[in-house]
Amino acid sequence: MSFRAAVVTFPGSNCDRDMATALEKVSGEEVFRVWHGDAELPADLDFIALPGGFSYGDYLRSGAMAARSPIMRAVVEAAGRGVPVLGVCNGFQVLTEAGLLPGALMRNAGIRFVCREVALTVENNRSLFTSGYFKGQRITIPVAHHDGNYFADDATLDRLEGEGRVAFRYAEEVNGSVRGIAGVLSEAGNVLGMMPHPERMIEKAQGGTDGRVLFESAIKGLVGA
Amino acid sequence: MKVRVHVSLKNGVLDPQGRAIQHSLEGLGFAGVKDVRAGRLIELEVDETVTDEALDEMCRKLLANMVIENYRVERVSA
Repeated sequence: MSFRAAVVTFPGSNCDRDMATALEKVSGEEVFRVWHGDAELPADLDFIALPGGFSYGDYLRSGAMAARSPIMRAVVEAAGRGVPVLGVCNGFQVLTEAGLLPGALMRNAGIRFVCREVALTVENNRSLFTSGYFKGQRITIPVAHHDGNYFADDATLDRLEGEGRVAFRYAEEVNGSVRGIAGVLSEAGNVLGMMPHPERMIEKAQGGTDGRVLFESAIKGLVGA
Repeated sequence: MKVRVHVSLKNGVLDPQGRAIQHSLEGLGFAGVKDVRAGRLIELEVDETVTDEALDEMCRKLLANMVIENYRVERVSA
């Protein structure tokens, strides 16, 4: 089995190492590390991850500057070819700013930074990233964000729901996200953005393994068991 | 010349920061503040040759997020 994954690091990313470690521990393969200023991704990638953090100091809007960095042209192009892309936390913000996912992530409704484990419901277990969960499964994954308040207009939300593109929903009030949306899939299903951090729940020492299932699902789906 | 870009949240988009500012004003004893919406002012110094279309594109591509924000471009005479 060969699994070729890359983790992009932007200036201000701080979950890039955790993301790479999660991918390496689950796949057993070394992960490519890519810098925001790179113009190209490694060839023949199976998986691209945009990590959490505070890219470019959250200047202008969270993820806004990172979404316009050189490497993102290559990421958008790869996503268009169907390469799976996972964006977590700041990575989700970057994906919306880059136009790969609809909607926007605004300041938390309660103004405060929220950093704790939250309960999620798996809404769609037919995606590459979520096939190892069962539909409606209650899982626990930590969040750590200030701008996680998902917003999109009603027409967009209805379309997302109708197409089964809400991957995860908060099972409790966290940040004011419209319809409790915690994770969203692209139309083709190969791009997932989510505010909770699955890479922080991959082994018992971290308090649980509910996040590991996401990486196992994707890797199994891409390169076989 | 100087250009001011005013970025504001669209109507109907909840503004938690504006609400917090409103509560703070109330806490300071100011009465009668019915609503507060926080926006952003971006000042650009540009060549005279920069067109309105180019400024518009700057706003749509970067300065404003069209999902949640509106913008208004104001040319300030130099």
